[in-house]
Amino acid sequence: MSTTPVITLDGVAKGYGSTRALGPVDLEIARGGVTALVGPNGAGKSTMLTIIGRLLGADAGAVRVGGLDVATAKPRELAKVVSILKQENHFVARLTVRQLVAFGRFPHSQGRLAASDHEAIDEAIAFLDLAHLEHRFLDELSGGQRQRAFVAMVLAQDTEVVLLDEPLANLDMRHAARMMQQLRDAADVLGKTIVLVVHDVNFASVYADRIIALADGGIVASGAPDEIMRGEVLSRVFDTPVDVVEHAGQRLAVYYRPEPVPDPTRSDPTRSDPTRSETR
Amino acid sequence: MAEVMIRMPRAAARTQHPRPLGAIIAGAAALVFVVGILVWDNPVPYGQPGFWIIVESRSVAVATIALVAVCQALATVLFHTATGNRILTPSILGFDALYTLMQTALVFVFGMAATQVEGPAKILVQSLAMMLFATLLYGWLFSGRRQNLHVLLLVGVVLGVGFGSVSTFLQRLLTPSEFDVLASRLHGSIGNANPEVLPWAELVVAAIAVVVWRRRRVLDVLALGRDTAVNLGVAYRREVVGLLVVVAALIAISTTMIGPMTFFGFLVATLTYQFVRSDRHGVVLPLAVLIGLASLTGAYFVLQHVFYTAGLVTVVIEFVGGLAFLIVILRKGLR
Repeated sequence: MSTTPVITLDGVAKGYGSTRALGPVDLEIARGGVTALVGPNGAGKSTMLTIIGRLLGADAGAVRVGGLDVATAKPRELAKVVSILKQENHFVARLTVRQLVAFGRFPHSQGRLAASDHEAIDEAIAFLDLAHLEHRFLDELSGGQRQRAFVAMVLAQDTEVVLLDEPLANLDMRHAARMMQQLRDAADVLGKTIVLVVHDVNFASVYADRIIALADGGIVASGAPDEIMRGEVLSRVFDTPVDVVEHAGQRLAVYYRPEPVPDPTRSDPTRSDPTRSETR
Repeated sequence: MAEVMIRMPRAAARTQHPRPLGAIIAGAAALVFVVGILVWDNPVPYGQPGFWIIVESRSVAVATIALVAVCQALATVLFHTATGNRILTPSILGFDALYTLMQTALVFVFGMAATQVEGPAKILVQSLAMMLFATLLYGWLFSGRRQNLHVLLLVGVVLGVGFGSVSTFLQRLLTPSEFDVLASRLHGSIGNANPEVLPWAELVVAAIAVVVWRRRRVLDVLALGRDTAVNLGVAYRREVVGLLVVVAALIAISTTMIGPMTFFGFLVATLTYQFVRSDRHGVVLPLAVLIGLASLTGAYFVLQHVFYTAGLVTVVIEFVGGLAFLIVILRKGLR
């Protein structure tokens, strides 16, 4: 992994009306690997990601991705360097999985699919384990399958940088873990630089190479998972008491209940009290 | 996971046969109706020179119908693509009322002088002005984040009523002779098309159709919405504004030729979406044009040559289209 930054933010700021949503932020993200953006609601994670992915214009500052300035570069050139997938995707059109993934080739093919495009589509479909679903319509799929189809589309786009806004939203444990493993593979096997917003810091801890923690529109901590996954750091970022435990070599944040849980081996009346568990 | 490489047979995966059944039916129907309009019930028997004179005069009506069908079908589908919905059409959003207002304002400001200049130049200026207004208005309406269809529908209806009221007010201030000239222009029907302008209009529409056809793959991407289109490297804003200009031009031409048609475009587009399984513009656009041709020629043929009630063509089309609009809204709702 080389150390040249592939994403550079220079004084990037964004506000909505009088409220400041982001920045000014300076940031460099190195080539390769998985970078996770974490932070509380409204911290500016998605705002930053969508600005890097040129879906949102910054009020100030400059963003460079793969050597291109996202504000001035040609859209078609940018689309070969950086792809972004937002959390919600509603289409009027009715598409099959394969048709959707084929759209990922648009920056390269302008809609006229060559043999190399079909190969890339096949690979992306296989990579996300969608071969048996490729002729199904998107509205016939489960949430997890649909999410995989969208990720397959941005992988078929074959960009150096892949940005994902909460790819784990609405996925259950099994599908969330699988999705993270597949993204990890995309970084390791395909050599992509993957930046994603993730809600559950434990996924960031286990799968990411770098974690960038945001709060109140600014970067408050960044580094390897070992440096960020500490009780005092996370407690500060999320403004809530967080404990970090180690289990099978994985650092996991525990934050579900501020006070220590009574030992379950002793008979504890609160455990069988339903009103207690509801108020959490 | 990655090692499980189940590959579908290539050929099966690649060739997506568009099922041309709908296109064949619509095309055949349009052909039958066109021939019907031209020769059915011809008062002069076949073989005499008068026969062909009548066919020739009727061909003006066929050319007008073709022009309107192409304009409305393309405009509606393109508007749906540009705005990311499949219910609202430019006409429903008050485009026709805008036309009425502009015509009225023209006569109001310039008086009879405005009516004396005729011909392609004037229609060109009119169409350009209308394109400009419509692009500004709808570009503004559909820009930004207030993409709530309920609000847009409401705004469109209010705009339509507002334009209509201003038109009515201006019309009251006109002299009777000015009003007479204006009225003949506003209540157009297929019979009123100006044959002098027709070839020019067809030329422009043909040019637009060629441009649209060449960009059909970009349109497919635009239909995926702003975020996905930007991600795939389409200059979204430029494309959408360009599309709205094209839509404005098509509707302006159609309205200038035969007057307002509120629900015809909606009817054609909705029928087309029912027939096609693919959402690719390479399939949808030709089929929409064919269905537009078939339904308009069919209505004209039946009403003009079977029931002898020519003036009703637009009325019947609008009645059926309006019913379809209500049914779609009630069944599917605005999404």
